[in-house]
Amino acid sequence: MATITYLEAISMGMREEMRRDPNVFLIGEDIGVYGGAFKVTKGFIEEFGADRVMDTPISEAGIIGVCVGSALMGLRPVAEMQFADFISCGFNQLVNQAAKIHYRWREAVPMVVRCPSGGGVHGGPFHSQNPEAWFFHVPGLKIVSPSTPYDAKGLIKSAIRDNNPVLFFEHKFLYRRIKGEVPEDDYIVPIGKGDIKREGKDMTVVAYSSAVHWALEAAEQIEKEDGVSVEVLDMRSILPYDKELILQSVKKTNRVIVAHEATLTGGVGGDVSAFITENAFEHLDAPVRRLAAIDTPVPYSPPLEAHFLPNKDKMLKVMRELAAY
Amino acid sequence: MNKKKNTKKSKVAASVTNSGEKKPFFTASELDLKKFEPTDAQKKELYYFIMLNRAFDDRVAKLYRQGKIIGAAYGSRGQEATSVGSAYALGKNDIVGPIIRNAGAIIVRGLPVKNFLSNFIGRSTTPTGGRDGNSHLGDLNIGVFAPISHLGSLIINLTGCALAFKLKKEPRVALTYIGDGGTSTAEFHEGMNMAAVWKVPFVCIIENNNWAYSTPTMNQSNLKDLAVKGKAYGMEAVVMDGNDVFEVYRVSKYAIEKCRAGNGPILIESKTMRMKGHAEHDDAFYVPKEMFAEWQKKDPIIRAEKYLLDHKIMTPAENEELKNRVAKDMEEAEEFALNAPFPLGEEAAEGVYAE
Ligand SMILES: Cc1ncc(C[n+]2csc(CCOP(=O)(O)OP(=O)(O)O)c2C)c(N)n1
Repeated sequence: MATITYLEAISMGMREEMRRDPNVFLIGEDIGVYGGAFKVTKGFIEEFGADRVMDTPISEAGIIGVCVGSALMGLRPVAEMQFADFISCGFNQLVNQAAKIHYRWREAVPMVVRCPSGGGVHGGPFHSQNPEAWFFHVPGLKIVSPSTPYDAKGLIKSAIRDNNPVLFFEHKFLYRRIKGEVPEDDYIVPIGKGDIKREGKDMTVVAYSSAVHWALEAAEQIEKEDGVSVEVLDMRSILPYDKELILQSVKKTNRVIVAHEATLTGGVGGDVSAFITENAFEHLDAPVRRLAAIDTPVPYSPPLEAHFLPNKDKMLKVMRELAAY
Repeated sequence: MNKKKNTKKSKVAASVTNSGEKKPFFTASELDLKKFEPTDAQKKELYYFIMLNRAFDDRVAKLYRQGKIIGAAYGSRGQEATSVGSAYALGKNDIVGPIIRNAGAIIVRGLPVKNFLSNFIGRSTTPTGGRDGNSHLGDLNIGVFAPISHLGSLIINLTGCALAFKLKKEPRVALTYIGDGGTSTAEFHEGMNMAAVWKVPFVCIIENNNWAYSTPTMNQSNLKDLAVKGKAYGMEAVVMDGNDVFEVYRVSKYAIEKCRAGNGPILIESKTMRMKGHAEHDDAFYVPKEMFAEWQKKDPIIRAEKYLLDHKIMTPAENEELKNRVAKDMEEAEEFALNAPFPLGEEAAEGVYAE
C-alpha cells in the first residue's frame, strides 16, 4: 500500500477506470497537455491519447451537455470543471437535462462532473466556493465529497461506474495537504454510505470534506483537555446521504453537530439536522448544532477569509458549548 | 422562388464575415443535389407524412379547444415540410432531437400517432408514461432524443451524441432543430462552436419561421440570414426553402451524408413561416394579416400535392386514398388516446435514478 495525496488518489482511481473500461473518457478545459489546472490529469493524455482526454473550448454548459449526449450514446464521460465555481455556467444542463432524463424517459445518464471546490486557498469569491447545496435540491443528481485519499479513490471509481449523473466535489485545500494509505488494487467506496472516522460516546459530528478534518483535530483536543469523547461521522456522500448511520450514531451519543465548509443558510446541514430532529428527537439531550461558513460570499483577504471559514477552533467552541448544555 | 431574396443575402453576409470568401453560405440551388432526389414512392410517402403531421396538429388543437388537453398545445402549421423532409433523410441508426415544432420528425421516426397523442393528455401509453407532456419525449429505440423546454440545450446534447459517434467510429449522424429565437441563447453558441471545433457528424437546422412567440426575427438578431452564423463557427451552411418538402429532403440528405463521410458539421437554415400563434392560446394578433396571406401561397402541403399531380407521380385516386388514410389514422389515434389509461398517482415516485 502506498502513501499518496488526496489528489493522487483521484488520479489513480480515474486511471484505473480508464484502463478497465474503454468507454470512460475525460473532458474539460486544459486537462490534456497541461494536465488540468491542478494537474489531476497529468500524464493522462500520454497514456490514453487526445480522444480520451479531451480539451474543450471554455464552455461549461457545452462540457456538461456533451457529457449528457455522449453518455446516452454509450460512453462514460468524466468532466472536469476547472473550478467548481464555474459550474454555474452549466447549471441548466445539469439540473434540467442530466438530472431529469431517467425520470422522463428512463434512459441512464452515466456521467461524472468533477468539481475542485473549497476555500482556504485565497481564491476569493469565484475560486473558493462550495456549491454543493445548489444541487442538493435536485432529484436525479448524486453528490459525493470525500475527505481522505482512500475515500477519494474509492468514490471516484464508484462515481464513474454509477449510471446516474454524479457530482464529485474534491477539496482544493486537501489536494496536497492530506496524505494517506491507498491500496493499489481495485476497490470502491459505495455511494450513499458514510463512515465513522473516529469512534466516540459523548457527541457526534456529522461532517464531510474539509469539515471532517476540523472535527478530527478538535475531537483529539477536547478529549485530551476536557475528557469529552467525540464520534466523527464522515458523510462522504451528500446525495443520497447515509441516514441509517447518522441515526445509529446519534442514538448512541445523544448530541450532534452538523458541520460543513459551505455557508450556513440553505446548506446541507439544515436538511441533515431536520432529519435528525424528525427521526431521533427523543434521543437528543440537546438541540442539534450547525457549524458552517458565515452567510457571505467567500472573501479574499486572509483575515476576512479566516473570519468567514469554520476551522478547528470554531469547531472546538461549538463542541464545548454542546457538551455543557 | 427564393432566388430574388438570395441575391441580397451575400451583401449582408459580406458585411459580417471577414473570411474573404464571397458567400458565407450556399443556397440549395447552388448545390448538386441530383443524387439525393427522392424516388417517386418516397415522394408520395413524404406527402403522406406532411399531411399526417398537419392532421396530428389539428387534432391536438381540436382536443385543446374541447378542454381535453391539459397542458400547452404547440403546433407546426406551415413548417411540416422541414420536420418531415429532414427526419425522413436520416438513416435508421441516426439520432434526432426534435423540439416543439417537430412533431413530424417524431412521427417519421416511427412513434405511432396514437401513442404520441396520448402524451398530450397525460396517459400511460407513451414513452414518458405521463411524466412529461406534448412532444417532450424521447425513445432511443427509434433514435429520438427528448428535448427539454430550455431552448438551445439540444444543440449541445446532440453535439455530444455526434462526438460519441466520432469517438466510437460509428457511421451515425445526429440532427436537431432550433428556432430563430433559440439561436440567441448561450447554449446554441457553445454547442455550435464545439461541434465545429471537433468536426463532429452533426446537422443543425435553424427553422427561421419569422417569429419567436411575439418577437420578430429582426428583434432577435441583426442578421437577415441566420445561416451566416454557421460561417462564424467555421461551419458549412446552406439555406433551403423550408416549405418544399422535396428540397428539404435533398438538402438534409446532402448534409447528413456529408457528415457521415466525416465532413461535418453542417448548418441548414430553413426559410419558413409559423402559420398560427405560438401555441393554441395565442391568436397571433401581432402578425400582419398580409404576411399570413403571402405565406399561405407557399403552403407545403398544397405545393407537394400540386407537384405530385402535375408530374403524374400520383393519381387523383391515390391522392384521395392518402387523404383517407391520414383521416383514418387520426380517428383511430384519438379513439385510442382518449380511452388510454392514466398512470397511477404513486408511480410519480418511481424512476428518479437509474439502477
Ligand atoms: C431558454 C428559454 N427561454 C424561454 C423559453 C420560453 N419560450 C418557449 S418557445 C419560445 C419562442 C421560441 O421561438 P423560436 O426559437 O423562434 O422557435 P419557434 O417557437 O418560432 O418555433 C420561448 C420564448 C424557453 N423555452 N427557453
